[in-house]
Amino acid sequence: MLILTCPCCGVTAEETEFSPGGEAHLKRYGPGSPDRDYESYMFNRKNPRGVHFERWRHTYGCGKWFLAARCTITLEVFGTYRAQTTEPPADIIAAIKARRPEWEGFA
Amino acid sequence: MKRYSAFAIAREALRQHKGWSHAWASPEPGSSYDVVIVGAGGHGLATAYYLGRNFGITNVAVIDKGWLGGGNTGRNTTIIRSNYLQDPSAALYEKSRALFETLSQDLNYNVMFSPRGVMMLAQTEHEKRGYLRTERANALQRVQTRFIQPAEVKKLVPIINLDGPRYPVLGALWQARGGTARHDAVAWGFARACSDMGMHVIEQCAVTGVEAAGGQVTAVNTTKGTISCKKLGIVVAGHSGALADMAGFRLPVESVALQALVSEPVKPCMDVVVMANTVHGYMSQSDKGEMVIGGGADGFNNYTQRGSWHHIEETVRALVETFPMISRLKMLRQWGGIVDMTGDRSPIISKTPLGNCFINCGWGTGGFKATPGSGWAMAELIAKGEPGPLAAEFSMTRFREGRFIDESVAAGVAH
Amino acid sequence: MSHRLPKGGRLIDRSKSQNFTFNGKSMAGFQGDTVAASLLANDQMLLGRSFKYHRPRGVVAAGAEEPNALLGLGQSNRYEPNQSATTTELFDGLEAVSQNHWPSLEFDLLSVNNLVPQFLTAGFYYKTFLRPRAFWKHVYEPLIRRSAGLGKAPAPDARDPDRYEQIYAFTDILVLGGGIAGLQAALAAGQSGAKVTLWEQTAHWGGRAPVDGAQIDGQPAQDWINATVARLHAMDNVQLRTRCMGAGVHDHGYVLGYERVADHMPGADTPRHRLWRMRARQIITATGAIERPLSFAGNDVPGVMLASALRDYIVNYAVAPGARIVVVTNNDDAYRSAIAAHDAGLDVAAIIDPRAVASGDLPARARALGIEVLEGRAIRKVKGGKRVTGVEICRQDSSGGAVERSIDCDAVAMSGGWSPVVHLWSHCGGKLLWDEAGSYFRPDPARPPLGADGAGFVRACGAANGELLDVLSDAHRCARMAADAVGANGQPDAAPQATAPAEAPMQPVWMMPAQASYDLRMKMWLDYQNDVKVSDVQLSAREGYQSVEHTKRYTTLGMATDQGKLSNINGLAILSDALGQPIPATGTTTFRPPYTPISIAAIAGEARGAIFQPLRRSPVHDWHADHGAEWEPVGQWRRPFAYLRTGESRHDAVNREVKNTRENVGLLDASTLGKILVRGPDAGRFLDMLYTNMISTLKPGKCRYGLMCNENGFLMDDGVVARLDGDSFLVHTTSGGADHIHAWMEDWLQCEWWDWQVHTVNLTEQFAQFAVVGPKARVLLDRLGGMDVSRDALPFMEWRDGMLGGFDARVFRISFSGELSFEIAVPAGQGRAFWDRLVTEGADLGLMPYGTEALHILRAEKGFIMIGDETDGTVIPQDLGLDWAISKKKADFLGKRGMEREAMVNPDRWKLVGVETLDGSVLPHAALAVTGGKNANGQAQTEGRVTSTYYSANLGRGIAMALVRNGPDRMGDVLSFAGDDGKDIKARIIDPVLIDKEGAKQNV
Repeated sequence: MLILTCPCCGVTAEETEFSPGGEAHLKRYGPGSPDRDYESYMFNRKNPRGVHFERWRHTYGCGKWFLAARCTITLEVFGTYRAQTTEPPADIIAAIKARRPEWEGFA
Repeated sequence: MKRYSAFAIAREALRQHKGWSHAWASPEPGSSYDVVIVGAGGHGLATAYYLGRNFGITNVAVIDKGWLGGGNTGRNTTIIRSNYLQDPSAALYEKSRALFETLSQDLNYNVMFSPRGVMMLAQTEHEKRGYLRTERANALQRVQTRFIQPAEVKKLVPIINLDGPRYPVLGALWQARGGTARHDAVAWGFARACSDMGMHVIEQCAVTGVEAAGGQVTAVNTTKGTISCKKLGIVVAGHSGALADMAGFRLPVESVALQALVSEPVKPCMDVVVMANTVHGYMSQSDKGEMVIGGGADGFNNYTQRGSWHHIEETVRALVETFPMISRLKMLRQWGGIVDMTGDRSPIISKTPLGNCFINCGWGTGGFKATPGSGWAMAELIAKGEPGPLAAEFSMTRFREGRFIDESVAAGVAH
Repeated sequence: MSHRLPKGGRLIDRSKSQNFTFNGKSMAGFQGDTVAASLLANDQMLLGRSFKYHRPRGVVAAGAEEPNALLGLGQSNRYEPNQSATTTELFDGLEAVSQNHWPSLEFDLLSVNNLVPQFLTAGFYYKTFLRPRAFWKHVYEPLIRRSAGLGKAPAPDARDPDRYEQIYAFTDILVLGGGIAGLQAALAAGQSGAKVTLWEQTAHWGGRAPVDGAQIDGQPAQDWINATVARLHAMDNVQLRTRCMGAGVHDHGYVLGYERVADHMPGADTPRHRLWRMRARQIITATGAIERPLSFAGNDVPGVMLASALRDYIVNYAVAPGARIVVVTNNDDAYRSAIAAHDAGLDVAAIIDPRAVASGDLPARARALGIEVLEGRAIRKVKGGKRVTGVEICRQDSSGGAVERSIDCDAVAMSGGWSPVVHLWSHCGGKLLWDEAGSYFRPDPARPPLGADGAGFVRACGAANGELLDVLSDAHRCARMAADAVGANGQPDAAPQATAPAEAPMQPVWMMPAQASYDLRMKMWLDYQNDVKVSDVQLSAREGYQSVEHTKRYTTLGMATDQGKLSNINGLAILSDALGQPIPATGTTTFRPPYTPISIAAIAGEARGAIFQPLRRSPVHDWHADHGAEWEPVGQWRRPFAYLRTGESRHDAVNREVKNTRENVGLLDASTLGKILVRGPDAGRFLDMLYTNMISTLKPGKCRYGLMCNENGFLMDDGVVARLDGDSFLVHTTSGGADHIHAWMEDWLQCEWWDWQVHTVNLTEQFAQFAVVGPKARVLLDRLGGMDVSRDALPFMEWRDGMLGGFDARVFRISFSGELSFEIAVPAGQGRAFWDRLVTEGADLGLMPYGTEALHILRAEKGFIMIGDETDGTVIPQDLGLDWAISKKKADFLGKRGMEREAMVNPDRWKLVGVETLDGSVLPHAALAVTGGKNANGQAQTEGRVTSTYYSANLGRGIAMALVRNGPDRMGDVLSFAGDDGKDIKARIIDPVLIDKEGAKQNV
């Protein structure tokens, strides 16, 4: 039972107020794109043991989507941030590095 | 290896059971094998078994980072059925179910396959139409199912509440030859039979790397040294992503926690397996008397073997609504397993970008029932290098090609 | 014999007698008794039978760890199996029955299993029952099932009449366990200023300390407990709760509390159980320790119990489990039991201590009382069947071949040392250390469960932390660290000092005698309930089931209802010994919630029956109910399937509604349809991405039918879009799809095209919407008046706002039936009045409401697709002949890339056609067209599937749509559909539009 903080409305709430939405920072590939790119966008997933960037929606709150950096082994949440970005912001990266020095970084 | 029988037990009883030896040998790994299977769960061991039995390939090692059968093989709700809608699924699961029928005798190990019957309740018109569709498909797939009316449901399951105010039971899809088996025994029985053929079952041996050259796997690095292999089979369920990563490719798979729970044991009160998909719950009674209850999966990636509590509540609510008498039973234990979900929730039995490396994964919430069939199809793929008819449609390229095997279309579920 | 002592009993009130029955026999106890205490007071030693051998079983423990004393309680709807006698409080009128025997507790036929234990070893069933094959299902398994299980299940139609409550709560520091450690931790944490919650699973504060005779700050423990509880009650920031067990610790500080509010007062006007869902920033487990049994032959005979339990019964309930007692222990603590028994006037025959020397303060005290202490000795065997009659003594360092002497006794108190209760620490990933001195696993403070911030959030204190002696200062220290962690920095009072006699080290004794023979090992129980013995664990190791998980699963050790609270460590030690490795190398099995079983009802809570799930009602729901509606659940809505008149069948009602709509006028409640407002400068651009067809070119005042696909290209939803003005569109979705589509829109707007200026609002519940359908529809609307709905003023596929019959209305001229049709939206609050008005005004026009089935038939007659019938998540618009609704001009829309894939452009995809049986009959639902061939897996090959099939009252025959391989190119071909009886049904491929292909009817 996770606790998450919505970066949009600032509320820290129960997992049941949120909906998970899978891996974050996927690049959309549209018509004409190569099979490999479309496949990576739609299906292939990092599914890491460790640091994971993922989408959540504050469904039963402000309704906003946001992103979280979370460890899939300990469930530690390194931070949450707005969805309107194509890669994790520097403070999130720093928070992860502080806790997981061996982490290879966002790729 | 000593054959198991009532006679053997009687004989051993007279000498303090000193004559039993290890059910499976636990050798140190050799330097090289024809085939290395990573993952000594039910599917991996079954793959090895059928490699030996069907193709005479016995220079095989099955390695596991933990103890044999310690993953989802030992933490599922043991349901066996084949009443799937899509042709490829029905063929694979029915093959598996048929293998279960004689598995105890084949392995000389009682896996307690019990064809007590599986029913899937229809609780909305939409769901009913979906099961009627499955019934029609099954009739052409050589899968024996029947849509039964509420009165027959009640006769088979006296504890059911047909007239719940929200979701009355409109009937059920009934597979009389579905049922349950003892999950641990399936892994143990396969391990013993593999060992008997001279294969090596190696526990506490984690893979740390995959060596490849010229698009072919040459060896796996493990915590017990490097092991060369001519062919590699990866059968590690929730940990497939990590193994694929070592082998240099990505999978259409995500790992999430799926939960289950059991009640305290009570005397027999329900003979059949009941699945109620509208309200998300399923229940059977084990031979020990516990009500075995399957719950929902979390929607977020998770490797902790712990799920979120609210899923347990939702499942239990659904089952109290469906079987009101369980209200005064007690939950004894809850647990979670890590399941690997694909883009269409159907499994992958497939070649990979590496020519001699094969993968079997993505069984999601329903892999136990497929154990022997999955092993059968995977063994054929490894032995021949190309999938046979059972595995043909389960390629990992099907997603980019748009050939989904989607069981959710007719109110079906994957577990 | 066990009996009530003439005086004493700190927890009972002798002035309040409580009558109860056991197996129908009347007995009496006192208020404050547990059921176990009162049964023992009535000399009821035999309480049940074990799982496998049906051995006689009596009380072993006095608390939550009890494996044996499980009873059926209550009657009929309130009957409950497997209730622990040691944790159930006695009340007047309680009815208990024993379990797992046939025909009776005293005489159990299944105890024949007990005569051949050498055959029924661990895992014997894996090796046998193999042949003949059919016998497993039909003979062996039914026998096993019947003899397994514990209590009888409640009756099939039992309905629990009690209430169950759930509650959310939040606290800074949650202290689990109300013994002296928990009380001190709560006090220190409370004094720091933190918000503190303290739960105790029993009805009493203080735990074991008052029984063990500790002194705290120079006063008896009970006095300190009373004072501390009073201080805690006086603190505003501290909440205390008894009868509330910490059941499970989950991620991020989520703790389940199981409060047995009214188990001890049935019929009270309160919920029976309450499930607490607590979020705690810090958790302190002060859960104490559990005594371990010793493994000697016959350690399961009724009358053998834990030494601590013996003194609990004497001190707390003034119940003597026997008149002549033998104590057997590998530690000093259990000497307290001998002393307590002696002080209560009982005869303590001997203390048997396997240690070579027992010379601590407590042994000295026992000796001073004249109790004989036998050092270096073991119990070879317990004598007796249904109750203890004596013990045989031998040297501990022997095989037990030589009996040194026999001692008559009727109770044996055993102690193998103590194990901290580490369950709650472990549930969420806390790791353990092996403590060599105490021979137990204790929490490893360096590896606690981690919270959302990555820091540990559980701390163990006192005996639960392995600090069996210095409990109070450990609790104090722990509380201060927890307070620090939550930022509470008040200064607590100094920790109190407890004084107790010094104790000499215990000596691990895993088997008694040390080199016991096989015959003895076969009678040494590890798991009493599941009948797992020392010999079983040894056999498991011999057969290679060497992982602790394999041993557990092969032998069923620790899998009983006590989840191994008594057996785990003893079993691990035997396994480790068999494998020749230290115990920590063997490790433990996983601790899973709940700590002790909790009621299914409490987990379900109040969501039962009508409030099992929310019910969404249209504004005219009640009218439907009053007019014969047969309901069909659609999501959480209910829609009328058809309106049945008195004496009418469903089939007749549907046919009547279908015919009347085409001949007169029908009325459909379409309020459940999704209505989503999409507004903003980029709204058109956005909808062009969402829909497969072009939306941005739609003119205000006009409507357009559109399709939405997911990124796989599969058709997901359809509906009519109305352009309200330059930057506003009203999107109609299917009833089931509204919430999903709205979320889908938000996902794309927030996460992909976040710079587009669009906002969306789900207006579904703001409007009631009714379809007025049929040749007389316009007549009816004209009667209402206020709006010109003529052909010219409101052409097909346009909409108008205005007043209609005095109602604020938006009228859409759209049709899902091929008839002249208007959909009229009014504010939800006016919905019922508007509906009533339509019904009244339409009465003489033959107006009839129609339900979802008629809706389906009307659209099928016209060849319109229905999401969920023609689509199933694998169908693309091209399959349905909807190519016209897929824009060729747009560079991109959701699903366009997915449709480019190999399998999507395959010319052999099944495509939509109409089919009609040659004999006019109705095709079976979902019938499959067969080719006569087989595929590679031996399955019959198919080439088509019926997606919708109905009887059309208008056409007087069956009508159907189907997806067929190359269907549109095969008009007139006859297909073979597999029928129910093995016979094929012949049906011809036809155009799916069966009525008014030119559209003359809807275009009037």
